Amino acid sequence: LIARLAAWWTGVHASLLPTFERLEATPVGASVRESLWAFPVIEAAHLLGLCLLGGSLLLVDLRLLGAGLRGQSIAELATRARPWLLGGMAIMFATGVPLFLSEAIKCYYNTSFWVKMATLPVAIGFTLGLKDPISRRPDLETSSASRVLGASSIALWFVVAAAGRWIGFS
Amino acid sequence: VDRLLTWLGQTSWSVRLLESLYVWPLIESTHVLGLGLFVGTAIMMDLRLLGVTFRGVPVTAFTGRLLPWTRGAFVVMASTGLLLFYSNPVRYYHNIFFRVKMLVLVLAAVNIWWFHSRTHRGVSAWDADARPPRAARVAGAVSIVAWASIVVAGRLIAYNWFDCDIQPQPAWVNWASGCVIPAEPSE
Repeated sequence: LIARLAAWWTGVHASLLPTFERLEATPVGASVRESLWAFPVIEAAHLLGLCLLGGSLLLVDLRLLGAGLRGQSIAELATRARPWLLGGMAIMFATGVPLFLSEAIKCYYNTSFWVKMATLPVAIGFTLGLKDPISRRPDLETSSASRVLGASSIALWFVVAAAGRWIGFS
Repeated sequence: VDRLLTWLGQTSWSVRLLESLYVWPLIESTHVLGLGLFVGTAIMMDLRLLGVTFRGVPVTAFTGRLLPWTRGAFVVMASTGLLLFYSNPVRYYHNIFFRVKMLVLVLAAVNIWWFHSRTHRGVSAWDADARPPRAARVAGAVSIVAWASIVVAGRLIAYNWFDCDIQPQPAWVNWASGCVIPAEPSE
């Protein structure tokens, strides 16, 4: 099975090269690449987005684990944190896409990039499709189920962030 | 200072750290990912002080139950940051963004001290207020601006645009970076 998966991925990966070449050639990608300041400044904004996203995620995740703001209900925190969570995600997208476009070919050959791209949809789907709706249910108390939700969220986003940072090292 | 830092940068652990294949990136990654917990929780508390969000949550819930996490994360940020500095002390000391970062860190520290030693003393009078008093809102605003600047300056330390070995630079850059430039040979 692993061998078949590897063969499948090799095929998909190879077929994506022309797409990545086109992405690299987009005007946005080219202008970020040619500017001295654009990449660092967008990168810094990406980090500020990380702070906002991290804060709004962890506030709820800690509470799901039974830590942090324990005096408030999970539902109250999750409801209040939601706009900041969505705002943080929006900043990450708005800054992450031009960063990617400026070095699409480098990313194409970068394992960390593909790890991030594989975990990111899972993390987003889990957060918006599962964790957030459940957390906002008024009857949810700290329980083993809530702890699993909180721990999964921290683990998933940790992999996304760590892989993201590692794109720059490899 | 330069002689001390030059010596520090020549110690064997500093050299090993700088040249390491995985240890330096791992420390730097911890420093960056720690941002999510440290600045993330700090910003949430600042937004509460500003009365922007979590208006129904008492301020003391943030300063009592969330702040320990912020403090713990600060220990991680400071220790990984010190290790990164130790890996290349002379370069960081003369990096203009590093200097800006250290100055703003002092400002952030004074703001924290001011808030906790004065403003927060009287918190019982406005703990549940959706919109805290002016002094608390100012503290929250200063904190957000300071930490955001620290993050941006910290990220830019990686770039050598204004480093002493890249010349010529404007005089104010060399002054701000503390660069010692040998006098130009006269014609």
